[in-house]
Amino acid sequence: MELTFGTLCGGGLLLVGLFLLYAILTGSRSLRNYVITRLLLVVPMIWILLTLVFVMMRILPGDPISTRLKPGTDQATLDRLRERAGLNRPIYEQYWDYITDIAQGDLGVSNNVEQDRPVTDIIGRRFPATIELVMPSILLMLIFGIISGALSANRHKSTMDYSFRISSVVAYAIPIFWLGLMLQIVFARELNLLPVAQRINPQYANEFEHRTNIYVIDTLLAGNLEAFGDVLKHLVLPTVTLTIALVGVFIRLTRSNMIEILQEDYVTASRARGVPERKVVYFHALRNSFIPIMTLIGLQVAVLLAGAVLTETTFSWDGLGKLLRDGIALRDYPVVQGAVVVFAITVGVMSTLTDILYAFIDPRIRF
Amino acid sequence: MSLFQVVPDHSQVNKQEIILSIRDLSVEYQTRRGVLSAIDTLSLDLYKGEVLGLVGESGSGKSTLGKAIMRMIPSPGRITKGQLIFKNQDLMAYDENQMRDVRGKQISMIFQDPMTSLNPVQRIDNHIIEAIRVHEPNISKDEALSRSESLMERLGIGRRRLKEYPHQLSGGMRQRVMIGLALALKANIIIADEATTSLDVIVEAQFLDLLRELKDEFGLTILLVTHNIGIVAELADRVAVMYAGRLAEVANVDELFHNPKHPYTQGLLRSVPNIAMDSQDLYRMDGTPPNLVMPPSGCRFHPRCPHVMDICHQKQPWLVRVDEIGEGDEQVGGYDKHLASCWLHQEYQGATQARRY
Repeated sequence: MELTFGTLCGGGLLLVGLFLLYAILTGSRSLRNYVITRLLLVVPMIWILLTLVFVMMRILPGDPISTRLKPGTDQATLDRLRERAGLNRPIYEQYWDYITDIAQGDLGVSNNVEQDRPVTDIIGRRFPATIELVMPSILLMLIFGIISGALSANRHKSTMDYSFRISSVVAYAIPIFWLGLMLQIVFARELNLLPVAQRINPQYANEFEHRTNIYVIDTLLAGNLEAFGDVLKHLVLPTVTLTIALVGVFIRLTRSNMIEILQEDYVTASRARGVPERKVVYFHALRNSFIPIMTLIGLQVAVLLAGAVLTETTFSWDGLGKLLRDGIALRDYPVVQGAVVVFAITVGVMSTLTDILYAFIDPRIRF
Repeated sequence: MSLFQVVPDHSQVNKQEIILSIRDLSVEYQTRRGVLSAIDTLSLDLYKGEVLGLVGESGSGKSTLGKAIMRMIPSPGRITKGQLIFKNQDLMAYDENQMRDVRGKQISMIFQDPMTSLNPVQRIDNHIIEAIRVHEPNISKDEALSRSESLMERLGIGRRRLKEYPHQLSGGMRQRVMIGLALALKANIIIADEATTSLDVIVEAQFLDLLRELKDEFGLTILLVTHNIGIVAELADRVAVMYAGRLAEVANVDELFHNPKHPYTQGLLRSVPNIAMDSQDLYRMDGTPPNLVMPPSGCRFHPRCPHVMDICHQKQPWLVRVDEIGEGDEQVGGYDKHLASCWLHQEYQGATQARRY
């Protein structure tokens, strides 16, 4: 089987599916019911979102045709183009077609962003870009956020604790696009160390086959190390920006949870049994404080996969977030609706997954 | 004082061998309002095989003493002076690593609330395995588990139960698991810090029976920290009464209940409710425990004491012998001696010559 983004996604969904199946088969009856209900709920959730987006896009002034053409174009041309795009039909007919098409896996054809290209095609190229940006950011955020949160809690009220606390608030308060711009100015323009924006230097862009559209994987598959290095260089600034924007909340959440858990009787009790301090803090306490942290991770991953709009726009990163932004700006109905479908599925799958992982981490949770 | 059925069993106690000797121990907490003196120059001996009941009101420092023995006083508190002589070694001179070897292996602790003293995301067997392997890292998990299986069986925790999580066990069961954890490494001393407070009376009675059996079987020395006089009467060989960070009185359990010397002990015993008495008969001690940031001068009990004298305001009474001194009995302290720190009794040996214990 050829490795493409489609097969990657399929593989990922298959893994999730197998995990859910495992939970359904081995779990208690109530867990089984819970999983099935949750999965079934994704369908109405998508429907509600789609309807909302459909209505809101049409409430916005202007439509795909008027945004595409120059002001002053004559009415006859406008009407002709609207008719061709089916925009002159009654709204309920448009809605019905829209819903039935989506139910059949047809997301329609882009009006303006990439004219006449199938939306599935566009998403197939944009979603991998978002994944390439978001995954390393989440990983960095987890490593850095949890370690510094735990350190901060363990050395409660020390200088290190205060500096982590202050920097986490600062990181949280910085507007993401401003941070991105500053990093671009310092590291790209002044120091000339890293590329300003984009995912890859155009000179490499056609040197390898775009199989998955996750360039890190594609360049490696092609064995093109030079292009791989270039991709990594392009990844640094957006990833750092996104990590800094996310990590503040994580440090604070980990810290406050850890401080609370470190006061628990069982922590004292394990100290009294002679358990080494490091094991007490980083094994007993951290695992317990991980439970609320996991909720946030699940939500963050879902939201980010749907597009880190500001970061992607700042770095001209052709991901889902930028696609959504462009789609709205150009009143490209099918593109916006298609992006929302991806969003809904991601959020639905991630939140179900988080809830079930809960039951595995915390034995007290029963569904 | 017939309301207590005192059935102490001295057979196990070795009256010659002091296993733990607390010498001039002080614990202070740095608070916003000043230095809080939680324990002030306290000396107490623990004899091998005895059950020593440590009683006092909330805030008297009895739990702090238990933690201090393990050198586990939480910040901002610290032990400011004193010695903890355990097996001829001063624990105060130990570094953190040496201390970790003592905790759990030599001196174990059972905590107040079994509901919160077990890690909720760890199975019972993992607790046991960890407790054993921390001190004997070369043992395999299976070995550690099989070694503790008979003990747990003995405590009524079957093999199947070991695979469960703490929340699946009842309160009494969890407390038995805590004992199992404390005994897993055959510690010499068990500090039971209010270990029965959160149990209901039936479970408490079972727990006390179990503790008594285990004490004889394993030759344990138990420091029973409690505010429940009834439990002390039932289980302890000797009693130490604490008030405001100092010892008020130390005596064997018969002597203390039938012949209390310190006014605080007298008040304490009279304020224990009894089903046979009228509600009016219940004695209520006046006043409240003192603020230990600014403790009363002299004897810390003097503001509440019905027998207060001038000297009580000025000088702190030492803990001295208050029982009859027999022939050839010059030796100070000792297992059978009745000690109290009160100016009413300092004349026994003449205040100037009063020996400190």
